[in-house]
Amino acid sequence: MEENLVTLTIDDIKVTTKKGTTILEAAKEAGIDIPTLCFLKDINEVGDCRMCIVEVEGRRGFATSCIQKVEEGMVVHTHTPNVLEARHVILDLIISNHAKDCLTCTRLGNCELQALAAKFNVLNIEFPGERIEHQVDDLSPSIVRDFNKCILCRRCVAACKNVQKIGAIDCINRGFESCISTTENKSLNDVNCTNCGQCIEACPTGALHEKETINDVWAKLKNPDTYVVVQTAPAVRVALR
Amino acid sequence: MKTIEDIRKIREEKRKELDLRVNTKADTREKHILICHGTGCTSSKSPKILENFRKILEEKNIENVRVIMTGCFGLCAKGPIVIIRPEDTFYSNVTPDDCEEIINTHIIEGKTVERLLCKDIDGKYVNSLDELNFYKKQKRIALKNCGVIDPEQIDEYIAFDGYKALEKVLFEMTPDDIIEELKKSGLRGRGGAGFPTGKKWEITKSYEADQKYVVCNADEGDPGAFMDRSILEGDPHSVIEAMMIAGYTIGANKGYIYVRAEYPIAVERFQKAIDQAKEYGILGKNIFGTNFDMDIEIRLGAGAFVCGEETALLESIEGKRGQPRVKPPFPAESGLWGKPTLINNVETYANITRIILNGADWYSSIGTETSKGTKVFALGGNVNNIGLVEVPMGTTLREIVFDIGGGIPNGREFKAAQTGGPSGGCIPKEHLDTPIDYESLKTIGSMMGSGGLIVMDDTKCMVSLARFYLEFTVSESCGKCTPCRIGTKRMHEILTKLCEGQGTEYDLYRLEKLASNIQKASICGLGQSAPNPVVSTMKYFRDEFMEHAVDKKCRTNECKKLAKIEIDEEKCKGCGLCQRSCPVSAIEGEAREKRVINQEKCIKCGTCIQSCPFHAII
Amino acid sequence: MCEQNKETCNCTCGCNGKDEFLEKLSKEYEPIKDNLIQMLNEVQEHYGYVPTNAQRFLSEFLKISMAEVYGVVTFYSRFTLKPKGKYNIAVCLGTACYVKGSQKIMDRLKERLKIESGETTEDGMFSIEETRCVGACGLAPVFTVNGEVYGKATVQKLDQVIDELMK
Repeated sequence: MEENLVTLTIDDIKVTTKKGTTILEAAKEAGIDIPTLCFLKDINEVGDCRMCIVEVEGRRGFATSCIQKVEEGMVVHTHTPNVLEARHVILDLIISNHAKDCLTCTRLGNCELQALAAKFNVLNIEFPGERIEHQVDDLSPSIVRDFNKCILCRRCVAACKNVQKIGAIDCINRGFESCISTTENKSLNDVNCTNCGQCIEACPTGALHEKETINDVWAKLKNPDTYVVVQTAPAVRVALR
Repeated sequence: MKTIEDIRKIREEKRKELDLRVNTKADTREKHILICHGTGCTSSKSPKILENFRKILEEKNIENVRVIMTGCFGLCAKGPIVIIRPEDTFYSNVTPDDCEEIINTHIIEGKTVERLLCKDIDGKYVNSLDELNFYKKQKRIALKNCGVIDPEQIDEYIAFDGYKALEKVLFEMTPDDIIEELKKSGLRGRGGAGFPTGKKWEITKSYEADQKYVVCNADEGDPGAFMDRSILEGDPHSVIEAMMIAGYTIGANKGYIYVRAEYPIAVERFQKAIDQAKEYGILGKNIFGTNFDMDIEIRLGAGAFVCGEETALLESIEGKRGQPRVKPPFPAESGLWGKPTLINNVETYANITRIILNGADWYSSIGTETSKGTKVFALGGNVNNIGLVEVPMGTTLREIVFDIGGGIPNGREFKAAQTGGPSGGCIPKEHLDTPIDYESLKTIGSMMGSGGLIVMDDTKCMVSLARFYLEFTVSESCGKCTPCRIGTKRMHEILTKLCEGQGTEYDLYRLEKLASNIQKASICGLGQSAPNPVVSTMKYFRDEFMEHAVDKKCRTNECKKLAKIEIDEEKCKGCGLCQRSCPVSAIEGEAREKRVINQEKCIKCGTCIQSCPFHAII
Repeated sequence: MCEQNKETCNCTCGCNGKDEFLEKLSKEYEPIKDNLIQMLNEVQEHYGYVPTNAQRFLSEFLKISMAEVYGVVTFYSRFTLKPKGKYNIAVCLGTACYVKGSQKIMDRLKERLKIESGETTEDGMFSIEETRCVGACGLAPVFTVNGEVYGKATVQKLDQVIDELMK
């Protein structure tokens, strides 16, 4: 047995992997899919959403598989009834605090929360309750912020602070009133946002999306008195999903 | 700067000088007037009392009497407290105007001032501390110096074996010796979780790093808890000495104490203690001539209960939002700035010097099989003797509430006691004889917690209490993880519904489901223990919950929206004032007839109660 | 203290965009991120709240984004964004005080001053808030006025104190 390798058991499957691998990655190597929401490889690995929780034999409570590194002889169970119930409750809670207008949302059909809700069969909300209504911030020329759809995964904060090194947004307030916003809750337009759009890339839901100007373009195209010229921006390759 | 010989000399001389503080038969002509300067007494004017005493003594030219400020004596209900040594006379509820009489009668004439003596629960006056039932079952180890020394005089600390443990450790013990001793003593963390202290020091010592840290958790966020505060205000050096011993053991030379900002007096006294220790060369480089260095700094909290959680505390010291880290890795491996860090609670540290000096065998002879030593409790709520008590582990709850606490006031009945604050559970009547011990408390659904012990009488609604605790948790949750951030809010909403008569039996099932999932899925102790008050009150007082949910009734009438307002037939004189005052015309009856309230129309505003001149409406 | 932007300050207070207190702070502390909370505590103590100017100063001095500074300020209860009243009355709603009826005192306070918790009266004289346990449980229930503790409180005592302060 090489010193660099670790052997563990995940859902009764023996897995051998490099030391330093997380349970999440090791499970993926074995073809086991553990759900995640806040995880964004190399950018946001914090274990906040609690969706990736798994049971590890001999350990109290749940382990956070997106952070926890594998250990020799570990025995992991990723889909026990307890784990499944917890994940279901977590989704229930997130959705109870989420906007319900999926049909008119830009991420319809392409939303990570929606995908998980479908996968876990969350058909009715057992824990409805108060939801703070936030005003949508669409004053920036390119980015729209709709906090009513935020699940506080903080992927956007990580992208802005750690990758782009701008730090225009961060988590403010505490507890249930926590919110991703700018200093003094100003519009993105009034702070040092550079409109790079990396936060939109990172966001799993429709909380951050681009400003739609397609209808304006159609209007111009329809207008017989205007010549329309198309020029692609140099970074178009990167922006394509 | 003082050498070790200097310190020993101070110790010897000062101990003789202060013998009258602990010995009623001390050979001295001096008298010391000790005045409690714990926060409670300080707000009740004890500094003024001290000032008055000094002024009067000076005016009368009395020279052999000293006036000293000390830490908390514990019996806060009877504060401000003044004790005259060596005779150990105990005066309670003293006011600044009493100083003249005390000096004239006690100091000059040598007679006790009867009316200021403390009256025990049985109505008898007692002369000294030891005679009080409050103190009989206590054993003060962590609080040993509180009430004996002036916390702002390092020499007084040194007099009573201060810094002797440090000397012993530096010259006679290796780090492994210290760890062995601690493990043998059985000391467990006093912050609430009860992790074996010796083991924790051992684990932190085992990690190699270029820098390690010792941290003292003085955040004491549990409402109703003031044990740590009293130790910091009454005996700050004991914590400094213990942190230094910890540093020597694990290989750290830098310490931080994280104190909540709501404790300005504690911060001030602790800073003074640090400064005095530095002046003597006790803190600094080459302590006592060895190659051990140590420096300690204060870090202020900023009003976040979650920062009592060890990893959130570390984040806060690092200048960030106090959001807990996912464990593992534990702070022993990766703590402050990623370095191995030892974190212990104030009370845990306060026990260290005693164990080093008196030995592990002595310590482990006190307490139960699994929980050694003593525990400091802050006794509060509906109990006669409110204050700070320190008892051997294994003392029963009944002894604490009735023998020490003096029972329930106003002729009411004991209903429950809450330990562990918002993370703990309530203990009902049937478990009053449970010995206080980490394991037995967990078995009955509560936990030791940091030491807050709130007693509740039969006028308290348990559903309302559960809701009160959740309200606290919701406002203090850091918001990082979903189950705690949204889950506790939903639990609070359900409890509010129950208290307002809008709940159903299904809500009880939802509460339990939420509780178990929040406990399992939260990142940190705050979330994991947030449902405890709900789970334990539902377990022991389920009938009250059912009454709220199904019958829409609150038997204590604390839940105003469920209270039924009724007119007492016998007292009603038929004057009709109530009927006229009712904003929704819910009172029925003809002229001069006894009126009746239509419960369905009644909105429970209470206007009629105030309008009735015969107090016939309840 | 001047609220204007340092660069475009054209107010008439004569400060020229400079602030003595903040300058003193910059000499007392090293410009490392860890000092944020310690410095914020001093700012809060000095001004009674954390003004925008101070946030900007800290952001530049410690090399952290404004959003991050704001995130820390809004996380901790002790830091406020609006100035408090001349007399800040805080009622303890910790368990020991709650069990002894501190809620009644809070209700009376709101009734008399006609403001909610966290607000200041129009004339700037009074601000009220709920506080976490101050550790004076032996004197429950407790309220504080600018930090000074009034123990064994009753609604009557509160009224007396307010009347005195209003004179």
